[in-house]
Amino acid sequence: MVAYPAGLSHLPHQGLWLPSSVHPGAMVYAFLIHTLRAPQAQDMGLCRVLYSCVFGAENSPDDPRPHGAERDRLLRKEQILAVARQVESMCRLQQQASGRTPMDLQPQSSDEPVPLHEAPVGAFRLAAGDPFQEVRTVVWLGVLSLGFALVLDPHENLLLAEGTLRLLVRLLLDHLRLLTPSANLLLRADRIEGILARFLPHGQLLFLNDQFVQGLEKEFSAAWPR
Amino acid sequence: MSPWATARGIQDEELQKFCSRVVKLLQKEELGPDAVDALQRLFLIVSATKYKRKLEKTCVDLLQTTLCAPKCPEQLQLLCTAILRERSPSDDLNLSCDHVQNSRQLSLVASVLLAQGDKKEEVRSVGQRAFRVLESRQPEGPSLRHLLPVVSKVTHLAPHTLHEDQTNLLSKRLVDWLRYASVQQGVPHTSGGFFSAPRARQPGPVTEVDGAVATDFFTVLSTGQHFTEDQWLNVQAFSMLRAWLLHSSPRGPSSPDTDDKSELEGSTLSVLSATSTASHLLPPQERLREKAFEYCQRLIEQSTRRALRKGDSDLQKACLVEAVLLLDVLCRQDPSFLYRTLSCLKALHARLCGDPARVRALLPIAQFFLNHGEAAAVDSEAILQHLFTRIPCELFHSPMLAFEFVCFCRDSLPVFGRNLDILRRSFPNLFKLLAWNSPALTSEFVALLPSLVDSGTAVEMLHALLDLPCLTAALDLQLRLSPAAAERPLWDVSLRNPSCLEASRDPQFQGLLQHLLRATASGTTERLAPLHQLLQPLASLTRVVQCAEAVPTLLQAFFSAVTQFADGALSNQLALLLLERSDSLYQVPQYEAHVHRVLSSQFLVLCARHPSLVVELAKELLEFVGSVSSVHSRETMLTAVVWAVGEYLSVSWDRRCTVEQINRFFEALEALLFEVTQSRPSATLPKCPPRVITVLMTTLTKLASRSQDLIPRVSLFLSKMRSLAQNPAPSSDRCGEDAGAVCTRAAELLTLLKMPSVAQFVLTPSAEVSEPRYHRDTNTALPLALRTVSRLVEKEAGLLLG
Repeated sequence: MVAYPAGLSHLPHQGLWLPSSVHPGAMVYAFLIHTLRAPQAQDMGLCRVLYSCVFGAENSPDDPRPHGAERDRLLRKEQILAVARQVESMCRLQQQASGRTPMDLQPQSSDEPVPLHEAPVGAFRLAAGDPFQEVRTVVWLGVLSLGFALVLDPHENLLLAEGTLRLLVRLLLDHLRLLTPSANLLLRADRIEGILARFLPHGQLLFLNDQFVQGLEKEFSAAWPR
Repeated sequence: MSPWATARGIQDEELQKFCSRVVKLLQKEELGPDAVDALQRLFLIVSATKYKRKLEKTCVDLLQTTLCAPKCPEQLQLLCTAILRERSPSDDLNLSCDHVQNSRQLSLVASVLLAQGDKKEEVRSVGQRAFRVLESRQPEGPSLRHLLPVVSKVTHLAPHTLHEDQTNLLSKRLVDWLRYASVQQGVPHTSGGFFSAPRARQPGPVTEVDGAVATDFFTVLSTGQHFTEDQWLNVQAFSMLRAWLLHSSPRGPSSPDTDDKSELEGSTLSVLSATSTASHLLPPQERLREKAFEYCQRLIEQSTRRALRKGDSDLQKACLVEAVLLLDVLCRQDPSFLYRTLSCLKALHARLCGDPARVRALLPIAQFFLNHGEAAAVDSEAILQHLFTRIPCELFHSPMLAFEFVCFCRDSLPVFGRNLDILRRSFPNLFKLLAWNSPALTSEFVALLPSLVDSGTAVEMLHALLDLPCLTAALDLQLRLSPAAAERPLWDVSLRNPSCLEASRDPQFQGLLQHLLRATASGTTERLAPLHQLLQPLASLTRVVQCAEAVPTLLQAFFSAVTQFADGALSNQLALLLLERSDSLYQVPQYEAHVHRVLSSQFLVLCARHPSLVVELAKELLEFVGSVSSVHSRETMLTAVVWAVGEYLSVSWDRRCTVEQINRFFEALEALLFEVTQSRPSATLPKCPPRVITVLMTTLTKLASRSQDLIPRVSLFLSKMRSLAQNPAPSSDRCGEDAGAVCTRAAELLTLLKMPSVAQFVLTPSAEVSEPRYHRDTNTALPLALRTVSRLVEKEAGLLLG
């Protein structure tokens, strides 16, 4: 049995001192969906990552010890969880600051779409080494009890990233009916994968105009009838 | 139990059974819904825990075979991919992309391999395979669009693994896709069934976003009912273009600041534009840049059109940003674009200034002018002025804009050059972004502050930082008062009609509000106390409280920057400001206590760096000590000041220090100590904290050791203190521990004062004491002295007891 380190800080970080300009690329590093706990219920349960997808990992540290791969995986999971926790608190702080409750977003009937343009949205930066080797930007959107986030390279087109995140959330809400009580996001990973493969292939943000979006959505609906 | 908990709780034995079931299902000829269901569950089991799940080897192998099976439905392939990717990095993977022909399948395999962390050079092998497939097909091939994101990712992860001919090949292809995609709409995909006869109607030409027939080549802003494959590739190609240009450029992406840049740019303005007629003769990279330039210009032109759909209007904005970013890259790589780009961007800037909806594109434009302004001999000042004076005060409430704006400032610091002054003078405006969005921006400002502050703005900035929560409240008020109330209010809706709304229209407040909400540094300070009063009803707003919580961190960052360069005069100014403002803060719960903690420790830092401060500000410090009406609200500040007087009011720090000065301080502090110890604690007036008492006693003793006439007076006082602490008045509830501390300190100080020369050595050590020599050399130095002193003191104490 391997003794797992308790906190993220004990896990190996390689290239902590690499300047962030080594890969001035512009792609999405990860996408995640996680829970947002109600502000008054902070001590109830934990912030949970419900789904995450890392597009092409950061290079694994050379860790000759046995279970190196396991430690790497653990590190990645902890990194994603660290992002989720930050998004959760950012979202809560923003919501509290606006004097609204998450439930203000709840549509009156289930037929109405969620007013996504009113959902809390924001971005923040993660410094190099905490939790990722390189500097990253996180763009997030909170809808009722769910948080959605894109982890980006720092020079990404933020406007496009924000648009893409809104598009993804809209598609996920529609096609997984995330907000209906019986919907089970956890057991419908194939749909999430299908949406990501089309609208964010390998973490590439796409400049899709309305007709392209419709075309892709039709293609998706044909493969996954609602 | 939720599926989540079930998945996490599943035991190894059960999992093995489940794996066997998955294996059986996957071995079937026809993979049905039960296979989908099983894989969905398996994905959940694997992904729900951060620890690794042990899966049977046969199961892992079958997942890989299924993923690569040509006839496997997409749903299952995606599930297999997701499960394998979730397990990565993993040692038991033997997936290889070496023989994959189908580009869609290669994309799936790649997503598993690229997640492995490149221990076995997976990135290189995926990249090589992707290029093999790319080479083997015509550009019109049916599904190359699945391949481009893989290529893009590989280029991003490991740009060095691509050969030159591969780079050239892709550049050539990108040119074709970008510039020569069909301008006719695609044909709808028919299912090919018996009854669906091909339509006779020809698809029309592609249109612009406003519905007009396209006037020029196809871009991501061209639209139609259906798209051809090369139009899809056009979208992919543009989406990856900037990253590709950066990676494939021989000059490398990260050399905007190298010396050769200015040379290159300086010499090429005369070259002017390379004519595009001969562009097909250019090497692939240059030709791609030429086509990218044309594409950007077309996008800028297309973004003037009025989009019929909201989605297209949003895309126009994102395209504008991307076009400007691309032009920046192009001009960095090949300065001959500069001349053509400048005129285009100037016109664009003029257009965007009047268009609040597209304000985000102003940031990359400003970035462009910062990067190239000097080379192009263009003054970027006006552009920056407009950006810094107008945008933050109008759009501080947009969290995305605020973030992007501050990142722009932070990332552009190295290129601001002589324009840095514009940035610095704009700090009041930048602080609006911070005051409204403090949780997301505090860390950015901690990084930005050292560059933002200089000796000219330090005092004004410190005021502004201390007034930051008040600024948040003022911004909330401003939004409430603004005539154009948005459909969705931007202020805190939980507070309705605060009483200050009407009162704020009073002219006496208008001036102060205008000062607080100024756009640039004014060089003056105003006493904002009346405004604090006015805005008090807003002090409980969550946003104000959040901002108040950020201020101590920001103050720390401010002081650690300022103390690097502050001279004596500035230190004096700042120290005075600390004292003055400690009494005049916006009343937010907890704010004062937290700020005092930082201010008091920073006051001591200033004193330590400039000990003369205490002598020079003697008058003001005396006033401060004498004016303390309530010890409790300013305990930390008072303690710091009293301590600093004891430490630094001495000829050894400043020759100008006189006996009169010492005596005056002694009297003031003595009076203060008398006052705080004699006053009876009551319900309204809690007892004086023992820390204040002990620091006062110590400082009095220190002063007495420097002006020895005072020794009898302080000794008398100390013995009174000791007996007072030993026999507390019956009414006082002073707890034993506090009294004990006061008593011990009084006894120690009394003992020390019995030997005035020792007292002086201990209480006023010379500056040399902090030198390392004193702590290392046991024979000459401090340890020896201390040992002697303690022996003497012990003896004395023994005598006292005996």
